[in-house]
Amino acid sequence: MPEGKVVFAKPEALEATSTHYCPGCSHGIVHRLIAEVIDELGIREKTVGIAPVGCAVLAYHYFDLDMAEAAHGRAPAVATGIKRVMPETVVFTYQGDGDLAAIGTAEIVHAANRGENITVIFVNNAVFGMTGGQMAPTTLPGQVTTSTPTGRDVKVAGYPLKVAELLAQTTGAAYVVRRTVTQPKYIRSCKKAIKIAFQTQLAGLGFSLVEILSTCSTNWGMSPIEALKWLEDNMIPYYPLGDYKVIDEVKALE
Amino acid sequence: MAKVLMKGNEAIAEAAIRAGCDGYFGYPITPQTELLEYMSKRMPELGRAFVQGESEIASINMVLGAAAAGKRAMTSSSSPGISLKQEGISYLAGNELPAVIVNIMRGGPGLGNVQPTQSDYFQATKGGGHGDYFPIVLAPSSVQEAMDLTILAFELADKYRNPAMILGDGCIGQIMEPVELPEVDTKPPAKPWALTGCKGRKKNVIRSLYLLAGPLEARNIILQKKYREIEAHEQRHAEFLLDGAEIVIVAYGTAGRVAQTAITKARDEGIPVGLFRPITLYPYPKKALSALIDTAKVFLVLEMSAGQMVEDVQLVAKGGVPVEFKGWLGGRVPAPTEVIEKIREMADKYVRSAQAS
Repeated sequence: MPEGKVVFAKPEALEATSTHYCPGCSHGIVHRLIAEVIDELGIREKTVGIAPVGCAVLAYHYFDLDMAEAAHGRAPAVATGIKRVMPETVVFTYQGDGDLAAIGTAEIVHAANRGENITVIFVNNAVFGMTGGQMAPTTLPGQVTTSTPTGRDVKVAGYPLKVAELLAQTTGAAYVVRRTVTQPKYIRSCKKAIKIAFQTQLAGLGFSLVEILSTCSTNWGMSPIEALKWLEDNMIPYYPLGDYKVIDEVKALE
Repeated sequence: MAKVLMKGNEAIAEAAIRAGCDGYFGYPITPQTELLEYMSKRMPELGRAFVQGESEIASINMVLGAAAAGKRAMTSSSSPGISLKQEGISYLAGNELPAVIVNIMRGGPGLGNVQPTQSDYFQATKGGGHGDYFPIVLAPSSVQEAMDLTILAFELADKYRNPAMILGDGCIGQIMEPVELPEVDTKPPAKPWALTGCKGRKKNVIRSLYLLAGPLEARNIILQKKYREIEAHEQRHAEFLLDGAEIVIVAYGTAGRVAQTAITKARDEGIPVGLFRPITLYPYPKKALSALIDTAKVFLVLEMSAGQMVEDVQLVAKGGVPVEFKGWLGGRVPAPTEVIEKIREMADKYVRSAQAS
């Protein structure tokens, strides 16, 4: 008998449970990538995660990690409190675009600018998911949501916020990139970025953030496949994938 | 032990350090800023965490993080800043996380002024944020007491896994008095619930979300049981010349301190007046106050507000003794002569008229 070899298994950092996420939602992929990275880095037992308010509020049911729940937008402040009193732990926040880019702009900008040694996974799906599809700061011009029924009018509602570009301007940030998870090649690239973000923290180099363009087929009113195409055709042109800030010490990690 | 001269705000900071505060997170606001400044110097010297947050909201959420990590954490502010912290205080209560919050009250509503008031009593003692909860509220009336109560606040917060608040006013924060520095032997209890990374155990989760009514009701029942226990065991107050007092002044903090001066003079005039000074505002010292209903002819409530604690005194009195009130607004601290005048008025109405009839 040839010896069996495990080529694919559930990451230890992930619970053996089904999630409440809708079919076609990107959260499941992103959760798995984070869990794989935590396993590969061997840091599960010294990691603390912060769940946001939004669709991922129940993330603590899906990660097998110590986790806290933060008030809407406050995850970077909660992470700061944990990291400052326990610098030996690895602390990450998992935040959506309503959480991070609307109500939580003060907390994320200042955490980045302090060079807070935490990792932020920022899921941008251009909509408030949990409350049922209202306009987010990241909603595209003309995009129809339940609170922009005729499409986002930038003269009234302003322009979509480019978070990675914005935070790359802060002196304290060490690693700020944008990725997506619509195709296997993008997923591999996204996982690599998440790993570098955690390695940035492990090396004590400062603030790291991976913005991940994601689908919300339910609130976009599309099939999962249509949603993937809509993201690539509409979101990537406005939110180009790429590395927005990578300090030399982080480049040396790669 | 030799006494040292300290400002109230600095004394609270020093007491927190002696109580083993591991992390301080704050934002400047008058009249409490010296507390933040003191911590900014001392905490790094001791290898402990100090962060000046970008807002009061961020600061209280940093406190929440440090508390979730099982460490002793503290923030301080003044009235408008405390309004901003209410979100985080509600989450601390819902998550059952111990933390100490200092409110050195100033005038309101709105931006108000930086003079001492007691107009945040309702906010502090009736919950303050959303949901059914109570922070433990301690009210010092001297710099020494501010130090002692700060240490107690850390102990009670840990004991009950609940936020505890020091409710001082601008006068307590700014006044300088000689204090004896407390030698503290206080160690936090074991915190097996803390988020430290799940090495060698199952994961810990700290949360306040319970999506279904049944589980959230069960959660609230647990919290309410805890509050009943706090109410049963932690009522505290101080007394001054209550023996034979027919006029019982009820006042806390700076108002209590001014009342004490006035009472000494009124006693010289032969007026039977004494002071009941609540130290815990939540839990309110109902048991001890209600014991005075039979001997008092009137409860006179003095507050540097339009009348907030007076409602708790009325609830204790239950009509068994009349409750009178005098308040000072807008940051005006009463002069003892104003209080004596009110005491004389009470004596004419409730003591001398009774003697005449």
